[in-house]
Amino acid sequence: MAISFDKAFGIQEQALDLRSKRSEMIASNLANADTPNYKARDFDFKTALSQAQGVQQISTAKVDQTNVKHLSLDAGRSPSVYETLYRNPISPSLDGNTVETHVEQANFAENSIQYQATLNFISHRIMGLMSAIRGE
Amino acid sequence: MSLFNVFNIAGSGMQAQTVRMNTTASNLANVDSVATTPDQAYKAKHPIFASVLNAQMTGGVKVGEIYQSDAENMMRYEPNNPLSNEEGYVFQSNVNSIEEMVNMISASRSYQNNVEVMNTSKELLTKTLALGK
Repeated sequence: MAISFDKAFGIQEQALDLRSKRSEMIASNLANADTPNYKARDFDFKTALSQAQGVQQISTAKVDQTNVKHLSLDAGRSPSVYETLYRNPISPSLDGNTVETHVEQANFAENSIQYQATLNFISHRIMGLMSAIRGE
Repeated sequence: MSLFNVFNIAGSGMQAQTVRMNTTASNLANVDSVATTPDQAYKAKHPIFASVLNAQMTGGVKVGEIYQSDAENMMRYEPNNPLSNEEGYVFQSNVNSIEEMVNMISASRSYQNNVEVMNTSKELLTKTLALGK
């Protein structure tokens, strides 16, 4: 069994990227908690992750380009393929703002815990690789 | 790295809330200011926030404009005041101090929210940097 550093972290690498994107999105919701007509946004983590995986699977496949005008598979590849959704407020406010601070706080806390969980997975993977390399 | 963006976003939120606190402080300080005419009298100032979004639909907040309240300036009978007009009236500021107190609490809570977001992101980034150690 060969150790591949490219594939060492598997899905966790994309999960970490998406977690940090989600924390950015929730942070902008919280910063705009008092902005009139601002609509709170979020994305579905599960769909985003499976989309990111789909992108990766395509990119590992190879397609021959017999003509220079042929598009490569990497052409349509974008790191942020997820769809941004709007949050449904439980009690919308009169100024058109749909940010509910407590909901965003809860989501932010949840997201940071999951970010740390992903970090733990990666760090254990690194520890595993290290002990494999040392051969102790 | 998106987590670094969080610092800009939360920072812009803190900046905007500071402007809101400043207008509230100015309004509360001028609650008892009087003038000879309604035009000269102090008018309460309030900021209106606007979001600054990028292509990924995330982004911070800025102060779009600061408007002056058009509430009526109440008259008070003070004939001995040197600022009073011919009929002996002075015009008070149109600041509603209860509204200002509520605004102050709301601004300080929102500021704290942004500080918390920043602290959590800082913690996560530090942990990410310590990966593999």
